[in-house]
This record gives sequence, structure tokens and C-alpha cells, in this order.
Amino acid sequence: MDTIAMFGFGERGWGAVLLLATLTTTLVTLAALAIGAVFGSLVAWAKLSKNLPARFIGDAYTTIFRGVPELLVIYLIYFGGSALVTQAGSLLGIEGFLGLPSFLAGALAVGIISGAYQAEVFRGAYLSVAKGEIEAARSIGMPKLSRFRHIVVPQVLRFALPGLGNVLQLSLKDSALISVTGLAELMRTTQVAAGSTKQYFVFYIAGGVLYLILTSLSGRVFDTAERRVAKTFRSSIGRGA
Amino acid sequence: MWDFDFLASTMLKLLAALPTTLELFVLSVSLGALLAMGLTWMRVSDNRVLRNLARGYIFVFRGSPLLIQMFLIYYGLSQFPVIRQSFVWPVLREPFACAVIGLALCTAGYAAEIFRGGLMAVPGQQIEAGRACGLSGFRLLRHIIAPIAVRQALPAYSTEIILMVKSTALASLVTVWEVTGVAQRLISQTYRTMEVFLCAAAIYLILNFVIARIIALIEYRLSPHLRSMPQAAQPRPTIVG
Repeated sequence: MDTIAMFGFGERGWGAVLLLATLTTTLVTLAALAIGAVFGSLVAWAKLSKNLPARFIGDAYTTIFRGVPELLVIYLIYFGGSALVTQAGSLLGIEGFLGLPSFLAGALAVGIISGAYQAEVFRGAYLSVAKGEIEAARSIGMPKLSRFRHIVVPQVLRFALPGLGNVLQLSLKDSALISVTGLAELMRTTQVAAGSTKQYFVFYIAGGVLYLILTSLSGRVFDTAERRVAKTFRSSIGRGA
Repeated sequence: MWDFDFLASTMLKLLAALPTTLELFVLSVSLGALLAMGLTWMRVSDNRVLRNLARGYIFVFRGSPLLIQMFLIYYGLSQFPVIRQSFVWPVLREPFACAVIGLALCTAGYAAEIFRGGLMAVPGQQIEAGRACGLSGFRLLRHIIAPIAVRQALPAYSTEIILMVKSTALASLVTVWEVTGVAQRLISQTYRTMEVFLCAAAIYLILNFVIARIIALIEYRLSPHLRSMPQAAQPRPTIVG
């Protein structure tokens, strides 16, 4: 089979399968990023709080999930989660091994790792919100919740944007490790295609190129977002101020 | 609820694999640093071809997952009879060597950008001053540029080194039995995910902690001029009048 037919969209071509896998990689990364945002903001809040146990838990979370190999975390969530599901199943009278859905397990594992990095990004962003702004809001009698909603959150999101771009790139590359759970994302599909055609070199190059397209696209998206957000910042040089 | 016998035996099995992890780490970081120096030199050179080659290298190796790079080297290259019959085959046949090459090529891309950042941070006046004292070429690099650049690059490079400790885990997927690989085997044999994870995580966290301390020590040794003078060495205050 020649190369064009191999990557084509015909009956025996791998083109459609690879594109579908690229979509799966995108979806699982976005799901992980969303899960990570929840974990990340909670952990950032814990790390910034005055409560000692909360701070300890936050610090432990970021130390562990940034210091342990991603692959181990994926094994923990996938095998550990499956063991829990199997136990729950046997309580309900379902016998035998039950696996956690690999999309869910993968998104959760990469999300937990991404959350550790996002927590640091959010914490840094919160610390760069000018104290005077919060004091000003308090002095005009803004209640706590609307201070958070109208003063803190918009600025934190702005300051966090470049850091979040980095986390997205990290998570995108981490998502390749989900292939060990058997989820048919880009890495796994590339492996299968390479194995069944015996064209390892060509397929790994193709998979790599698809990843490069994803990472450069996500970089482009964040560049545009940063430029748009930059408009709302008051420039200290030139006009304004 | 704690089964200390199991934890101890797991720990011993994992520690037996620690030398492999350390070898992977030391070899790939040193090879990667050498390669990165070459890339940095290319990236800042006046020659457009060299500069763009380095830029392309950095784009490719930072934009795609390490796993796909490793598989490309291990499975992809061995596909060609030319390589299987050439002198490089004794090296590329070994999963360990392929893992080291993959890790080194990947870290070189990241390290080159870090080194370039360090180089850019060397103030032009210092180089001019060095030139004025009659230093040039290698001696200028050795006595003026390198000490400042290394000190500037060290914090970012330490992050990269910690990431490399974690990246050695991927070698298990090309059948190198390092700590994560052994942990995965233990998990699939015993289904006691949590205990195995705790032991493996402890090993990696301690390893990362020790490496971070060593780098902090180097950083301390490299910046004597930024520390305050010890009490005993301070000049006596002169009493006037």
C-alpha cells in the first residue's frame, strides 16, 4: 500500500481514524483543563488561606502532583479507580472486574496534575492583584462576594492567562500518556496504526506532526486572547495613566 | 489497616530499580546539556541557516510529547534494514540507550531556550569591560559570560532538571525496568494501587528534594557577591571625633 492510500480516507486508509483520534485528544485535554481549573482554584484558595491545615493540604497537593511522574498518577487513578468501581459493583451484586471508563480516568488524572500547576498560576495571579483595588472596593462598601466576583476574579483571570497557556501545552503533552489506559486518543491510535501497517517510522512522524499542529494552534489561541486582554490593561507608558 | 510487611517489600523492590532511574537521569541530562549548548550557540549565531535549524529543532522537540519521540527512536528507526545493518544498531537495539537518546534530545530543546535566556541576561557592559581588559574568545566566555549566564539560567534549569526526573518514568514504556515500570508491574500483580503508589511517590519526592537542594547549594556557591558579608569580616566602624 502506498503512503497516500495509507493516510487516505478510503476504506483501508488511516486518515479518518487519525483525525478522530486528534479530536479525542483535544476533548480529553479540554476536559482535563476544566477539571484542573476546579482543583486548581480550590487548591490556590487553600494555599492562600490563613487556616494552617488548609494551607498544609494545599502545599502537599502541589508538591505531590508536581513531583511525581505523570505516568504514576495515571496508573493510580486508572487502576485505583477501577478497583473502587469493582468493589462498588460487588456490593451491588455485580461480579467480576469493572474498569473505570478510560476517557473519564484519563481526564481526571491529567486534570489532577494540571490542577497542581494551575493552582500555582492562580496563586501568583491573585497575589498580583493590587491591594489598593480590594481596599477601594471595601471602602465603598462592597460585600465580600461581589468584591470577589467583580474585582478579584476578572483580574486574576487576566493575570493568569499566560500561565494557563503554558499549562494547556503541558496537559496536551501529558494527554499522550493516557494511551496506557487504552483510550483511542492520538498517541494510542498512532501506535495501533504503526503496529498494524508495520510502518512505524511514518506513523510516529505523522502523529508527531498532528501534535505539533495542536500545540501551535493552542499557542496561537492564547496569543490572541492575551492581545485582546491587553487592551483592557491601562498602559503606564504613553496615553492613559 | 496498614500492611507494613507489604509496604516494606514493595519499597525494597522499587529501590532495586532506583539505580536504573538514576542512570537514565544522569546520562540524559548530561548529554542533553551538551547538545543544548550546541543548539544555543546555533540559535544565537549570525548565520541564518544555523539559527533557523536550531529554531526548528526547538519547535519540534518542545511541541510534541516525549513519548512519541521515544517511540519514534525505538520502534521507528529499527524499521529500516539500513539501520539494522549499520554500526549504530548495537546502540539502537537497546531500549535503555533509546530511552536515554529520546530524553536527551527532548531536554536539549527546552534547555537550549533556558541557556539562551541566561546568555541574553549578561549585561553588554560586562562584556565590553572584559574586552577592555584584553579578554577575548574562550577566556571571555570562561571568565565573564559563562559565570553570569549560568547563574541567571540556573533557577529555570533546575525546574527542567526536576521535570527530567519525572520524564525518566516514560522509559518504562519502551521496556526499561526503572522505578515506575516496576511499580506498574507490582500494581498489576497485586492490585494494591494505593500502597505501591505511595512507595513510588515517596522515592520520587525524596529524589526531587535532594536534587533541588543540590541545585540550591550550587546557586548559593555561585552568588557570593549577592550575600551579605559575615559579621566577623565586616569592617569595624570607625569612631569619628
